[in-house]
Amino acid sequence: MTADSSRHGSGPSTAERSSAGRPVADVADVPPHSAEFLATVAARELAGRHRVFAGVGLPTLAVDLAKRTVNPGVELVYESGVVGAHPEAMAEGIADSVLVSGSEAMLSMDALFGYVLQGGYVDVGFLGAAQVDRVGNINTSVIGDWRRPEVRLPGSGGASDIMASAREIVVVLRRHDPHALPADVDFCTSPSPVRARRQEGFHQPEGAGVTTVITPLGILRRPDRYGELELAAVHPGVTVAEAAENTGWDLRVRADVAETPRPRAEDVRLLREEIDTVRLYLR
Amino acid sequence: MTGSKVTTLTEAVAAHVRDGMTVALEGFGHLIPFAAGHEIIRQRRRDLTMCRMTPDILTDQLLVAGCVSRLVASFFASGSAGSLYEIRRRVEQHDPAPLETEEYSHYGMYCRYEAGAKRLPFQPLLSYVGSDLPALNPRIRSVESPYGEGRVYVVPPLNPDVTIVHAQRADASGNTQLWGITGAQAPAAYAASAVIVTVEEIVAPEVVRADPNRTLIPAHAVDAVVEVPGGAHPSYAQGCYDRDSAFYREWTPISRDREAALAWIDEWIHGTADHAGYLAKLGQQRWDGLRVAPAPSGSVSYGRRKE
Repeated sequence: MTADSSRHGSGPSTAERSSAGRPVADVADVPPHSAEFLATVAARELAGRHRVFAGVGLPTLAVDLAKRTVNPGVELVYESGVVGAHPEAMAEGIADSVLVSGSEAMLSMDALFGYVLQGGYVDVGFLGAAQVDRVGNINTSVIGDWRRPEVRLPGSGGASDIMASAREIVVVLRRHDPHALPADVDFCTSPSPVRARRQEGFHQPEGAGVTTVITPLGILRRPDRYGELELAAVHPGVTVAEAAENTGWDLRVRADVAETPRPRAEDVRLLREEIDTVRLYLR
Repeated sequence: MTGSKVTTLTEAVAAHVRDGMTVALEGFGHLIPFAAGHEIIRQRRRDLTMCRMTPDILTDQLLVAGCVSRLVASFFASGSAGSLYEIRRRVEQHDPAPLETEEYSHYGMYCRYEAGAKRLPFQPLLSYVGSDLPALNPRIRSVESPYGEGRVYVVPPLNPDVTIVHAQRADASGNTQLWGITGAQAPAAYAASAVIVTVEEIVAPEVVRADPNRTLIPAHAVDAVVEVPGGAHPSYAQGCYDRDSAFYREWTPISRDREAALAWIDEWIHGTADHAGYLAKLGQQRWDGLRVAPAPSGSVSYGRRKE
């Protein structure tokens, strides 16, 4: 972590404040908790990344937007075996036929998970989650006691495999409250390197763990492999205090905490009129 | 080339799937063997251990119908379409009975089939270090690397009594060709004691032999071949028909209400004699809506020795 970061630090930086209240014509007025806002913020995280492994749900939408805006050359990889997808329509899932037609390669799942993922080719793993905790452990399995869970969630799928090997992990959460961001997850499906390191004597996987969490209130980042999530940005209209109060631990706030730039009108138009025309993800 | 293994789905399921068996129905979002699963429901098999990486609507239906008592899987939802409520009722409320589950990550589950196919005692992978999954599933264990790299997690072989897959085409002897997303079909087939392949089309051996790279499951691993056009509905067959996404959305409210799900099974499975009957009930108009435009692969030349 940076030396000047502090818990509950100052408000948004001067540069960001100066832009507030002077809306630019190109800026879209969608609320920060909307799928349009979250997908745009998520897509921007992919600028400059070469190879992205997109998970189920909102990530599928965000990578589509990234490919049309900030990163036309991004190589999209899916656990179904698709490498270098060029979909002609929005994928309604990671096994959609539109991801296969016109793709650069269709690999076996052994080649995809074994060679591409464990082999270290994935720059960013892009996942959804029910819970992410202080050091970036992910729960996608159960809420409550796993022997008789209150809610049975989808489970790992490829998530714990991706966590072990991707250079960065970006998580998108649809809610920001102490249940979604607890100090410790109810169940650790996909472990942070912090937790992996505690298992002494084990061959440590190369994955960096969760580096970024995008929520309806802001953006949390982990400064290094063994650090904890810190508040790096708040969305327009959200205060630092609000983000901190809705987090399940004493959230450290970066000294340079910024305000998230709003989506452009063009981002929202692409999402609504060209990408998710059936409103599958834009609920 | 061996003799013909062509049979009917009724006969194939009657011959190879018996109560209490461990059955893998594989297909990763694509080529899901729905017709075969529905035939298992029609024949009222009981107490099956169902193996599927992504249980999907098919498992929800087999559970509603009372066929499955144990589930080995790596993802318990229906992708973007949402929850599988029969699975959730069984796990969360033990309603109408608890469901025994054995849970892995996708690669862990795939490695189980690989170990099964290769008759290895276990297969290592880089996942699970620091995860709670090994505490939940004691069959995920670890071994010390004999080469001094520390401990690694391993999974045991999975050897189903029978594996059922759906593919675009096969010849009568069982040389099976599939393309698009190929999932765990090949290792699941090689891991099993018996293999049933349902296909969109049974083709002449020359068609298969003109493109041998596309054969992922050779005849020697196949016991029964059944022509079942539309056999993956409501999932899809690349190049043949698309996923019936409307059905995936329709299943969510049906599965939320157990009585509605039972009524669906009665009407659509027990109320139809076979998959042709199910498709007829579905109607030509709905089927026409799932058709895809052609996008041929082009072709390569394998060459042959000159005289």
